[in-house]
Amino acid sequence: MTPSLLYALAGAALCGIGLFGFILISHLLRKLLAFNLMGSGVFLVLVGLAQHRSGPDPVPQALVLTGIVVAIAATALAVVLIRRYYHLAGKTALDDAARETLRDQGSRQVREEPGE
Amino acid sequence: MSRILRSLSVASVCLVFVAGLAFVIWEISAVATPVDLPARLAENLERSSVENPVTAVLLNFRSYDTLLEIGVLVIAGIAGISVARTSSLEDPELRTSDELLYALQRWLIPLMLLLAGYLLWAGSDRPGGAFQAGAVLAASGVLMRLGGIPMDFLRPGLMLRLGLSLGFAVFLLVAVASALHGGEFLAYPPEMAKTLIVVIETVLTLSIAMVLLALFVSAPVNNAEEPEEGGS
Amino acid sequence: MAEWMLDIVLVIALLVTAGSALWSRDLFRAVVFFIAFGLLMALAWVRLNAPDIALAEAAIGAGLTGVLLLDATRHLSNRDSGRKNRGGGQS
Repeated sequence: MTPSLLYALAGAALCGIGLFGFILISHLLRKLLAFNLMGSGVFLVLVGLAQHRSGPDPVPQALVLTGIVVAIAATALAVVLIRRYYHLAGKTALDDAARETLRDQGSRQVREEPGE
Repeated sequence: MSRILRSLSVASVCLVFVAGLAFVIWEISAVATPVDLPARLAENLERSSVENPVTAVLLNFRSYDTLLEIGVLVIAGIAGISVARTSSLEDPELRTSDELLYALQRWLIPLMLLLAGYLLWAGSDRPGGAFQAGAVLAASGVLMRLGGIPMDFLRPGLMLRLGLSLGFAVFLLVAVASALHGGEFLAYPPEMAKTLIVVIETVLTLSIAMVLLALFVSAPVNNAEEPEEGGS
Repeated sequence: MAEWMLDIVLVIALLVTAGSALWSRDLFRAVVFFIAFGLLMALAWVRLNAPDIALAEAAIGAGLTGVLLLDATRHLSNRDSGRKNRGGGQS
C-alpha cells in the first residue's frame, strides 16, 4: 500500500459518487457537476495506479493533462447547451418535466418553441 | 415510496460498481508492469530536445494525442459558438459593474498575461507549458470580459476563425510537412525539434485560450435575440 | 506517519466536498463546494508528484470552471428571465 494506491482507491470512490449523482439528480447543472466528479475520479485512478509501483510517471500525467483540458471544454459546451435549454424551455431538468409537457401539449403553446 | 426504492437500487448498483472497481485496482496493483515506462522515457529524453518529461511526452513522443485533442477543442468551440445567440458584445447587461472588479483588473490582468507568458516559456524545462498558459490566458480574458473591456476579436469573423483554428492548422501543417519530408507523420527532424516544439506550443496556447474564451462568451443567452429565432 | 495522515485527510476532504457538491440544497453552495473540490484536487496532484497537472487543475478547476458555473447558476436561479421571455416570444 502506497499513497498513490490510496489516491487510486479514492478515485474509484469518486467515480461511484459521481455515477450515483449522475443517475439520480435531475437538475442539469448538478448532473454536470456529478459528471465532472466522475472524470476527476478516472484521472486519479489513471495516475495513482500507474505511479503505485514505478514512482512519478510522466506518460499518464501527460494523458491526464490533455484529459483535463478536454473536460473543461466539454463542461463549457454543456453549460452553453444547458443555458440555451433553460432559455427555451424554462426548465432545469429533462426527465419528468418533458413527460409533463407532453401531457398538456394542447393547453400550452410553449412546445412549439423548443421544436424550432 | 417508489422514489426511495429507486434511489436504493441505484445506490446498491453504484456500491457494487465501486467495490468491483476497487477490487480490480487492488488486483492490478499487485501485478508488476511488463514495461518500465519512466525508465524508457528517461533514456530517450535527450532525443526530444526538451527537458521537462511531461512536455516531451505531450509534444514529441505522443504528439498525435495532442493533435487530436486540439482538434476536439476546436470542434467544441465551433459547436458552442454556433449554438449561441449573443447580441453585441458590449451589451451593458452582460457586464458586471463592480468598483472592486475594475480596481482589481488593473493589477491582475498585466500580471496574469505575464504569468501566461512565463508558464509557456518555462514549459521546456520545468512544470508549465501550453495547457497551463492557455488556461491562464483564457482566465485573464474572462476577467477582461467581465470588466467590459472591448474585445473585437471575439466577434464572429475572420479573427475568431483564425484564432480558433490556428493551433490545429499549424500543428497539422508541421505533421504533414514532416511526413512529406521523408520522415514519419509527426516525427520532427532532430535539428529543428526545439524550434518546432516552441512554435507549436505558442500557437496551441493561443488556440486553447481562444476556444475557452469563446465558449465562455457564448454562454449567456440574450433576451433580445428571441424574435429572430422564432421566425426561422 | 505524518505524511500518511496528510494523504488520508486529503482523501477524506475530497470525498466530503464531492458529496456536498452534489447534495447541498442550494445550487450556489453546490458550485462553491465544487470549486473547493477542484482546489483540493490540485493539492492531491502535488501529493502525487504531478506539478504540471496541479498547475493546470488550479488554473482550470478553481478559476475557469468557477466563473463559468457561478455565471450559469446566477442565470438559472433567476427564474423570471426564462418565463418572462417565453411570453415575449409568443406575442
